[in-house]
Amino acid sequence: MDATNLLQLLVYGVVLGSILSLGAIGVSLLFGILRFSNFAHGDIMTFGAYCAYAMVTGLHWPVWASLPVGMAGAAAVSVAADQLVYRRLRRTQPVILLISSFGMALIVRSVATLIWGPQDHSYVKGIQMPMRFGDIVVRPDHLVILGGCVALVVAVHLFLSRTRMGKAMRALSDNMDLARVSGIDAERVIVWTWALGGALAGAAGVFLALDSRLTPMMGWSALLPIFAAAILGGFGKPYGAILGGMVIGIASEMSTAVLDPAYKPAVAFAVMIVMLIVKPTGLLGARR
Amino acid sequence: MMLDMRGLVGGYGGNDVLKGASLSVAAGEIVVIIGPNGAGKSTLMKSAFGLVVLRQGHVRFDGEDITNLRPDLVVRRGMSYVPQENNVFPSLSVQENLEMGAYLRKAGTAERMEQIFEIFPRLKERRKQTAGQMSGGERQMVAMGRALMLDPKLLLLDEPTAGLSPLFIEQTFERIVEVNRLGIGILMVEQNAKQALAIAHRGYVLAMGANRHQDSGAALLANRDIAEMFLGG
Repeated sequence: MDATNLLQLLVYGVVLGSILSLGAIGVSLLFGILRFSNFAHGDIMTFGAYCAYAMVTGLHWPVWASLPVGMAGAAAVSVAADQLVYRRLRRTQPVILLISSFGMALIVRSVATLIWGPQDHSYVKGIQMPMRFGDIVVRPDHLVILGGCVALVVAVHLFLSRTRMGKAMRALSDNMDLARVSGIDAERVIVWTWALGGALAGAAGVFLALDSRLTPMMGWSALLPIFAAAILGGFGKPYGAILGGMVIGIASEMSTAVLDPAYKPAVAFAVMIVMLIVKPTGLLGARR
Repeated sequence: MMLDMRGLVGGYGGNDVLKGASLSVAAGEIVVIIGPNGAGKSTLMKSAFGLVVLRQGHVRFDGEDITNLRPDLVVRRGMSYVPQENNVFPSLSVQENLEMGAYLRKAGTAERMEQIFEIFPRLKERRKQTAGQMSGGERQMVAMGRALMLDPKLLLLDEPTAGLSPLFIEQTFERIVEVNRLGIGILMVEQNAKQALAIAHRGYVLAMGANRHQDSGAALLANRDIAEMFLGG
């Protein structure tokens, strides 16, 4: 393994890491507010990816133009899942909510499979010419993914730090009871949080499909590294989730220099477990 | 009476903490609830804010019945509440904490924040700082500032000096008097009963979830029985 190869793996790692970050932000935000691990998040990513695919094939839109459709579709499914199922179960035991999200994952995945079939798809047919920077090879798709992720992360940051609704989300995540006695309409903020988390999941799904292929199991397989990222960054901390996603993505890809690529998910878990042993509150979870 | 609570029976999850307690606060008054641990002092105050399930009795605020009304609806009517613990948003800045207090405000948030900064100049210096990193006394200022953002007619304070150093305790009481001078009624539960009664117009002594005694702050301070029982001799 020489330096060029390592650098090449770093490029792949950053691409994967930015996709995981997008997924982990939503997981982390929702956990922070509702103390609920939504196992349907991965399949909502898949659903978003298929919504964009429908635009790409049906209307021949380019991928970047289909992205907002994928985000909107995933956000709609997220909000609907909350309003139809989770909201009614919120006052029951956490384990019931958890299992119901497994059920929701199956439903969303099955609906996607029913509509688009079990076979693989891809957004772009044919071979793309890679770009060369010295000895490093970068696919144009990777630049689209990176650019899109950076733009979305900046947008999320501005939303959380500048807007009234974004600040209310952070306030609810900090202290739900105090938010309620301050007069913040918690239910409304929760709906917006589902929409935001879903939209980011949709974007993550589109980028994941762009990176490799679109399959019904795609999001489900990404779910565990995404949870690893969210835990690594400190559950409930969106900025930690971004960092966690990057660490997990880069560690997974770099590990292929010494390990068989089949062990990538194991590497994500190893990183997470070490984190839980060394600092259970996560990278950015020092304060509480 | 601005706040009028009569014959309250209720508590949390089927256990009645309150057993017929009554209390009232007139506009612009400072009223203190004292009593032994477990008397139901905080519970009585929280019941004004819809945080306790009341089985009997009624709560009237500004002439309207607000018994068992949800907290976010009570806030809209001009009552604000500062819990004893976890009373700031730790990861938000001082300024953002105040903005969350003004969440229901349609306009004039910036002006109101300036008024709050006049009462608590320290908060203006530290407006960008994260509330979780501040000292207990400063956090108490943030908490009161947040509760004042909506221009309430009545402010409920649950043990505002708990865990503070003597210097901060004195400062906190000074601030409470200052807030009261703006015409805002204050209802508070306090462990530092002597100092609290010294600034109070009236006080209630609560025991076993019911009224034991009530009088002006000065009269309660002068009462030997009360002093022996609750004021540490």
